[in-house]
Amino acid sequence: MLTDVAMEQKLAPTQDQHMIKIQGQEVCVHYGEKQALFSVNLDVRENQVTALIGPSGCGKSTFLRCLNRMNDTIDSARVSGTITLDGENIYDKAIDVVELRARVGMVFQKPNPFPKSIYENVAYGPRIHGLAKKKADLDEIVETSLKKAAIWNEVKDRLHEAGTGLSGGQQQRLCIARAIAVSPEVILMDEPCSALDPIATARVEELIDELRQNYTIVIVTHSMQQAARVSQRTAMFHLGYLVEEGDTDKMFTNPDDKRTQDYITGRFG
Amino acid sequence: MTDLSLSEGKVAPRARRDIGLRRRYAAEARFRFYGIFAIALGIFFLLALLFTVFKGGYTAFWQTSINLPITFDAETIDPDNKRATDPGKLLTANYTVLARNALAEKLGIDVEDKANRADLKLVSGLISQGVRTQLRDIVVADPSVIGTTRNVWVLAAADVDSAHKGQIDLAVPEARRKVKDQQVEWMNKLSQEGMMAERFNSGLFTFGASSRPETSGMGVALIGSLYMMLIVLVLSLPIGVAASIYLEEFAPKNRMTDLIEVNINNLAAVPSIVFGLLGLAVFINFAGLPRSASLVGGLVLTLMTLPTIIIATRAALKAVPPSIRSAALGVGASRMQMVFHHVLPLAAPGILTGTIIGLAQALGETAPLLLIGMVAFVANYPATPMDPATALPVQIFMWANEAERAFVERTSGAIIILLLFLAAMNLAAIILRRRFERRW
Repeated sequence: MLTDVAMEQKLAPTQDQHMIKIQGQEVCVHYGEKQALFSVNLDVRENQVTALIGPSGCGKSTFLRCLNRMNDTIDSARVSGTITLDGENIYDKAIDVVELRARVGMVFQKPNPFPKSIYENVAYGPRIHGLAKKKADLDEIVETSLKKAAIWNEVKDRLHEAGTGLSGGQQQRLCIARAIAVSPEVILMDEPCSALDPIATARVEELIDELRQNYTIVIVTHSMQQAARVSQRTAMFHLGYLVEEGDTDKMFTNPDDKRTQDYITGRFG
Repeated sequence: MTDLSLSEGKVAPRARRDIGLRRRYAAEARFRFYGIFAIALGIFFLLALLFTVFKGGYTAFWQTSINLPITFDAETIDPDNKRATDPGKLLTANYTVLARNALAEKLGIDVEDKANRADLKLVSGLISQGVRTQLRDIVVADPSVIGTTRNVWVLAAADVDSAHKGQIDLAVPEARRKVKDQQVEWMNKLSQEGMMAERFNSGLFTFGASSRPETSGMGVALIGSLYMMLIVLVLSLPIGVAASIYLEEFAPKNRMTDLIEVNINNLAAVPSIVFGLLGLAVFINFAGLPRSASLVGGLVLTLMTLPTIIIATRAALKAVPPSIRSAALGVGASRMQMVFHHVLPLAAPGILTGTIIGLAQALGETAPLLLIGMVAFVANYPATPMDPATALPVQIFMWANEAERAFVERTSGAIIILLLFLAAMNLAAIILRRRFERRW
């Protein structure tokens, strides 16, 4: 594990005031015999949006799922290397995965609200973590979460209707509200807009930009434009290797690696 | 070639390829026909089954009875007038003769005249022997009826019942017929006077085992089956659901769990009589539980139902989309919370359906119960599951072995009742599934 000094040294040349929130070192993932990620070293900075791009099957979602240990749910998956959150190795035995997931929330590719009411969807997380002592507190958490997810005005009159009855874009924002409700530090988004139409996508992208003020966001996306629009830093994956990472502006204008350039300009992938 | 035709602005007539469309459509039409034929055949046999059962069985719900003004003669019941000191007198009195005398009087036969003995025997033959218990119960319940006259509907004898329902061929010579010409004449007379009529056969549901068809019913079997269903439900639902949840959600996927899964699937296919042997060996011979008890029956049926419930529950759990699990884990639910807050409620309709179907299967199961001695002559209601009892299908089995015509209709009648129970359970399964099914 790096000392604070070492961390600062690592920080100094590339970035300004943004601290490193998550640091992945030599992360390898195997699914059974097949290796999906090869020694990935990638940092995620606080209050920034980090986009993970790359062709299908390149390991970007696998890396994302390592960050809140969702890969634990796959029996054949093995993760090696270290991933630290605020300097603590999240694969350490002392780290409780439930607590980790309360700190690192996740929004999935397909909107997946619980088949319950809108209110229940948002209230579920705070309730199981005991974040609200009273009903009024819970109501407040639900309201602020829905407001932060920019969906409050659309659903405030039908909080007790089914969350599954909303449109796709609204469902995805509901899922974001659900993730926000447990006050995570990091929000992982796995292609959050791939099931949405352009208008809903635009709303979610605006939302991501706003959320950056309070949360660290890692987003996997297939859309180059989306990566360029919402992220400050971009990491390019290919065939399980991290090809290149850096400031989004630089990655999209002057990438170091030929593969990044080819991918961004649409020559492969 | 194409360039040429394009340049001339004409579309070249394309030769139609033979892609075997006619053959494919013929194959499809054939397949549809097979399907419709198979379904029609199935429906035909189902209707044939229902028709035979209902045709033979609906008469079992009516029982010919005779309305008699019975004089509870103190002289006959308690000739020594000791009933105040010895209540046992009331139990052993000759009640049959009371009914016989009442009927004989109606038919104008002098009971005191020795010359009428043959006729009196025939008169006795009209009335069920069960009249003894019936009248005794009236007197024991209220001894003050002694010395008074009361109109009582007494059961007709089984053969009279069959004859009244037209099930006995009266064209057969009298000597080879159980109902004699004289009796038929009396029956017609009584029927015309409205004293003999077919009434709803409540005894079919309340009586226990009896060697006489008219006084035998499914009371004991109904209670035995009810006890067993309760035991099966109480044991197999929690055990089955817990086992499935563990196997599906918590157990590591390895050879051991694969082996367990294969074995559970195999258990569902084990012939039920094998479970009977197991029950006999384990519950009766080893654990020392009583024979014929519905407790043992329930335990055996639980073992038999468990694989069904486990398979249904696992299928229902598997059908819950993984996105719901991810969603729950993603907000920091523990595995247990994920299962109990999200997966189980969504799987509940499937689990309920599987359970009800498993129960219905258990309700209709006969073979294992034969081995643990539930095929017994049980006349008294079982007060607890430890008492001897029978079960509905076993009752059908026992009645089917009887020769008398009245037992034949009772067999079908019992089948109707069993089928109604099964239909009701399946309907409940469908309604529950519709009612609680959720879309996601």
